[in-house]
Amino acid sequence: MSKTTLRNLAALGSGVVFGLGLSLAQMTNPDKVLNFLDISGRWDPSLLLVLGGAVVLSALAFRLVFKRGAPLWDSLFHMPLPKAIDRPLIVGSALFGIGWGLSGYCPGPAIASLGFGNPEALWVVPSIIAGAALQRWTHFRQTADID
Amino acid sequence: MSLSDTLLHCMTEFTPFNALIGGLLIGSSATLLLWLNGRIAGVTGMITGLLVKPAPEQAWRLLFLLGLVAGTAAYSLWGAATPLRQGFPVWLLVVAGLLTGYGTAQANGCTSGHGVCGLARLSLRSLVATGTFLGVAVLTTFVVRHLAGLAP
Repeated sequence: MSKTTLRNLAALGSGVVFGLGLSLAQMTNPDKVLNFLDISGRWDPSLLLVLGGAVVLSALAFRLVFKRGAPLWDSLFHMPLPKAIDRPLIVGSALFGIGWGLSGYCPGPAIASLGFGNPEALWVVPSIIAGAALQRWTHFRQTADID
Repeated sequence: MSLSDTLLHCMTEFTPFNALIGGLLIGSSATLLLWLNGRIAGVTGMITGLLVKPAPEQAWRLLFLLGLVAGTAAYSLWGAATPLRQGFPVWLLVVAGLLTGYGTAQANGCTSGHGVCGLARLSLRSLVATGTFLGVAVLTTFVVRHLAGLAP
């Protein structure tokens, strides 16, 4: 198999595992997400353990992976360009925070929710794509940010 | 049905075991993608990549997202059903989605790219992004549920 095919299979498999994780953790339930964000309500701290578990495992595993010097099926790590903490980062994250706090959907769980035919996903996902497209069309220069 | 009725939220239980295992699966997914492909498992990067990248660079991004949908579909078939929220206003889903899409594209990342992978790489940018969207989301939820009197 060519490296390209292997990479495509790896991406597919990695996506499947991501979807299983989100589902098992019930992050596909927007009420569960909002009950985490609502710290003054009947707080459901589950999301903290989801994020904590994911970050701690990744942090440990990433160290080992980076020690290899290169990924298994590609010649280099495609890392985001090192950039300053700038206004778009803060403003964009704040806008995202409003959207997340209103609906309970961040992009991953929104797209994942198509998998069990959640009717809300049929509105949220196209809106997220439209919002992202609008941002890219109005900021052509940022296209260079993605490797 | 008024907005205040539709935004009344369903209680959910703290599920530490499933949350932790789910988080470990997400971390494993991010590790797999970095180890095999040298890529960051960021959903925003997949979406914006699909919008702006040439075709040969779109395939793996699309496949990751298809896998995400397939994994969730598989879980819904063989695991527990995810409850469907009822009566949430469509206009609010659209407004929230537009803000989420625009904001994550502008910040170059969301909960997966900045929140999981960025923090795991000890990126200061990602720490600032995660602190910002988490803080603003907490504040937004507080305003909607408590200040606006939309929740008990």
